[in-house]
Amino acid sequence: MAVGKSEKRVDAYDKVTGKAQYTDDLCDSGAYVARVLHAAVAHGKVLSIDTSEAEKVEGVVKILTCFDLKEKHYYATPGHPWVADTKFRDIEDRLILTDMVRFYGDDIGAVVAENALAAARALDLIKVRYEEYPFVMDVQEAMKDGAPQLHSRYPGNVLEHTEIRDGDYATAAAEPGLVKVEGWYETQTMQHCHIENFICFAEMREQRIRLVTSTQVPHVVRRVVAQALGLDCGQIRVIKPYVGGGFGNKQDILYEPLCAWLCLQCGGHAVRLDVPREETFYCNRVRHAFRMHLVSWMRPDGSFAARKLELWSDQGAYASHGHAVAGAAIPAFRQLYPCADMEIDAWTVFTNKTVAGAMRGYGIPQITWAMECHMDDIAAALGMEPLEVRRRSLMPVGYWDPVSRKALNDDSFKQCLDRAMEITDYVQKRREYRNQTGNLRRGIGAAVFWFDTGVAPVVLETSSCRMTLNQDGSLQLQLGETEIGQGADTVFCQMAADTVGVPFDRVHILSFQDTDVSPFGTGAYASRQTHAAGFSIRRTGLQLKALILDRAEKLIRIPASNLDVRNGKIVRISDGFEMMDLGALAKDVLYNRTDSDHLSAESTSLINTSPYTLGCTIAEVEVDIALCKIKVLNLVNCHDAGVLINPALAEAQVHGGMSMGLGYGLSEKLLFDPKTGRPLNNNLLDYKLLTCADHPELKAEFVQNPEPFSAFGEKGLGETPVCAVAPAIRSAVLCATGVGLNEIPMDPQNLYDSFVKAGLIPRREGSACTI
Amino acid sequence: MYDIKAYFEAGDAEEAVRLLCAHPDACIIAGGSDVLVQIRDGKRKNAELVSIRGIEALRGISRTPDGTLRIGALTSFARLGKDPVILECIPPLAEAACQVGSPQIRNIGTLGGNICNASPTADTPPTLLAWDAQLELFGPEGTHCIPLQDFYLGSKAVAKKPEELLTAVLISAGAYRGFAGKMVKYAAREALDTSIVNCSVSVCLSEDGERIEKARAAFGGALGPFPARASTAEATVTGQRLNGQLPALFAEAFLQDIHPRDGWRASRALREQIAGELAKRMFLESVKRAGGVIHE
Ligand SMILES: Cc1cc2nc3c(=O)[nH]c(=O)nc-3n(C[C@H](O)[C@H](O)[C@H](O)COP(=O)(O)OP(=O)(O)OC[C@H]3O[C@@H](n4cnc5c(N)ncnc54)[C@H](O)[C@@H]3O)c2cc1C
Repeated sequence: MAVGKSEKRVDAYDKVTGKAQYTDDLCDSGAYVARVLHAAVAHGKVLSIDTSEAEKVEGVVKILTCFDLKEKHYYATPGHPWVADTKFRDIEDRLILTDMVRFYGDDIGAVVAENALAAARALDLIKVRYEEYPFVMDVQEAMKDGAPQLHSRYPGNVLEHTEIRDGDYATAAAEPGLVKVEGWYETQTMQHCHIENFICFAEMREQRIRLVTSTQVPHVVRRVVAQALGLDCGQIRVIKPYVGGGFGNKQDILYEPLCAWLCLQCGGHAVRLDVPREETFYCNRVRHAFRMHLVSWMRPDGSFAARKLELWSDQGAYASHGHAVAGAAIPAFRQLYPCADMEIDAWTVFTNKTVAGAMRGYGIPQITWAMECHMDDIAAALGMEPLEVRRRSLMPVGYWDPVSRKALNDDSFKQCLDRAMEITDYVQKRREYRNQTGNLRRGIGAAVFWFDTGVAPVVLETSSCRMTLNQDGSLQLQLGETEIGQGADTVFCQMAADTVGVPFDRVHILSFQDTDVSPFGTGAYASRQTHAAGFSIRRTGLQLKALILDRAEKLIRIPASNLDVRNGKIVRISDGFEMMDLGALAKDVLYNRTDSDHLSAESTSLINTSPYTLGCTIAEVEVDIALCKIKVLNLVNCHDAGVLINPALAEAQVHGGMSMGLGYGLSEKLLFDPKTGRPLNNNLLDYKLLTCADHPELKAEFVQNPEPFSAFGEKGLGETPVCAVAPAIRSAVLCATGVGLNEIPMDPQNLYDSFVKAGLIPRREGSACTI
Repeated sequence: MYDIKAYFEAGDAEEAVRLLCAHPDACIIAGGSDVLVQIRDGKRKNAELVSIRGIEALRGISRTPDGTLRIGALTSFARLGKDPVILECIPPLAEAACQVGSPQIRNIGTLGGNICNASPTADTPPTLLAWDAQLELFGPEGTHCIPLQDFYLGSKAVAKKPEELLTAVLISAGAYRGFAGKMVKYAAREALDTSIVNCSVSVCLSEDGERIEKARAAFGGALGPFPARASTAEATVTGQRLNGQLPALFAEAFLQDIHPRDGWRASRALREQIAGELAKRMFLESVKRAGGVIHE
């Protein structure tokens, strides 16, 4: 069996030797180069764009501006399945180019040139006149009366407000003898920083637009490009080659519509749009920054009497994934620590900043930061051990969620915590690290996370698969689900191999999605690839196997019901005797002069469940107080991700997520100039993405409780590793120093300000960070 | 996408100077790890480059009969970091070199480029300053030497004509014999980052090991417009008997030498906090390496 084994990645050799092809590798060198003209004000109207000097630059082919966009087709950018009901559809607020500027960097024009140098020179020479408007950068400021307004359809800049009233919060909070614990917690704007910047190219071939793009969601790209251009889907062919990471940024439609439009404007000539890193930071998507206010009414025994959450999610200038991200955080808050009496308000608010979209974790890292910081604050207020308070109130085994109609079957939290605590010697170390003095102090801390795999049943969850039997008995495998670096193709092959009954290396996957060829799929997001694909792989594999056995019955005259395919052979079920090689069967099928056939199967699975995928992080740190530095000594994640299809890939996935969690907790933050709205650190020098030298050894641990609803017992693992790292580090720093930080990143400036406030460092004048 | 108009390769220093005189807008390129970044950022349009990479005579480390260390301008950080002569005579210079960028940058980047690029955050100048380095410049009028300390004139301004070449960094025997020291780079990341604080200290103790005979200190990073000596700190401890108050006094004085500002990258207060703390630690460690003992 291949499932459960650490099979080598099917793309490993090509990727290591540089043979694997990414978008740029496929683009003809004769393609024109497109560069986007970005607005240099945070809010305003473009009055005029003078391109006369720029047009003179040698090599410039065409300069197009927002005023050249004659047909205005508004479109929504998130990579979500299409929803027929307009009430539930993503918000269609984008144009290919706009004259209404809503953030510094908005797309107001484009240069097409024969080479990158000419394009850059031309961009420099374009002169834009604006009518400038006041702008707003803070979510709560944006909701105030008189604040600058971004979209006329959304007064007060509120994209959406969710109000939940469970039970009776006020009455529950009035219970005598309660301790009130209250905190404000903030998370920052961060960018995905995938290695491969967004890139795409478009050209006309056979009267259709052929678009090659670095995306997580090729079929959604096709639909949205068609919509944005006012064309039919069939006129557009989208190809997704290997992708150098996406982390949610490429779950949005980025510049595919613009690139396709430019191609049309240039008579169908190939146009390549490769976004520089600096623009990737502020003109793609970012993680929603959350501000959260939590109030807990605690009984002295550590149980909750009432809980309250107020949450402001910073959407930036356009809707993109919008309120769905705050919406994902809400069940995490409600379910991780269930309580009958709860009050929740969540607002997603437009600001004149970079557009926030999907990013690994989708609201859960943010809410986990607040909840888990708050649990430590509660423990401190009650004088209890932080993990004891948690264990008391964590979502219990048997918990049933009426919305997603799923239950927590196993005691995942307890098992994960127990394992992680044992590995880190947590109890002993917490004791050891009590009451430290001196400059260098150590601490250990923990945090748990709650997560949902996939998007069912709230949103369509579907997967399609196609399999063909080759004449040597090997399989061709195709899926709508996409490989974006996570190793999806490899686990797909493993699942297909086991379902049909062939060795792993006899499954050949077509990695590239091509909307002309590939089965339909909604793409890579929501930790759903392995989970969703599992269903359609199993269904399709069984169909193909039935066809194979029917054929075998004809050939070897034994009823199909008495036969099986194992290890690439047709075997007799009764004694496992090998009757025939699958290759021989396949050859006969294809070349039989009286009964030739082509054995292939395809099917779609609609998926109605989305398993919980839970776990914890434990961090051990050393804090150099005077140098305002945290050194993470040890970091352990323990997951219940169900059955691991490929343990080595699962471990790698967790390592990657922990790394992202480290940056989230310690160093990454996209900054904007409050005076102009301009991004300040939109490059990899000033934006502190961590290097490998900044990582401790990362440990990934698993408990494997099979998910009964899944095809192979698996649960999602794509996003969970990132969720609890930051609060675990915060907990360890609190243990070490007695100082609990409420904002991330916990970088030197943040530590300095917090340590000064706590009296650990003497105050100097002018300690506030000013621009 | 590099806006390069012309590229010339010099076979020797004379040719480099001739090319620079013939092309007054040209700039020298050694490893290119600053120049190419500047070109990509659009800071040098229509660049004309004179490459000195091929001039072997500018590469390598040697010791002259009088004990002077001669480090060719093209010497890479990687070489500096493991050179036996450097490790023997000026260990902090090797430590500084090993903290530059990443392995790739340490292979391509040169000491000469680090000095001549005149960035306040360059990581080797503070240590070169703390060891009294001299620069050997070669131009149309021949060769002359100036102390590194006099080289930086202001933000990005250096005491070198555009057609002059830095050929070597010289450190005399008197500047390193009997001295021990320590440097530190403080940045947000452990690799690929610019210094918030770079601090380098060297001391020479009296024969009995009880007194600071000489002390030199220098800083770089976000503490001023260019790397510079911390002369107040040096004066504060020079001639003093070792005692428990010295490190704090040294740090206090060091803070008078630096000029950090408030900025979006960090506040002045944070920069001062780190600089003061590190100055203290570098002083303590330098004394310790020199064999001195400071009783609290
Ligand atoms: C990713 C990255 C990370 C980096 N990290 C660090 C770091 O951690 N610490 C650090 O200090 N620096 C760092 N740098 C900057 C750079 O690598 C160093 O400053 C390096 O020493 C420059 O040397 P070079 O030979 O590449 O210089 P070049 O780019 O070739 O030249 C730099 C400047 O010096 C001039 N020049 C060069 N050689 C001479 C000479 N012999 N005579 C006269 N003028 C000359 C050039 O005209 C130019 O103005 C980094 C750069 C990059 C790209």
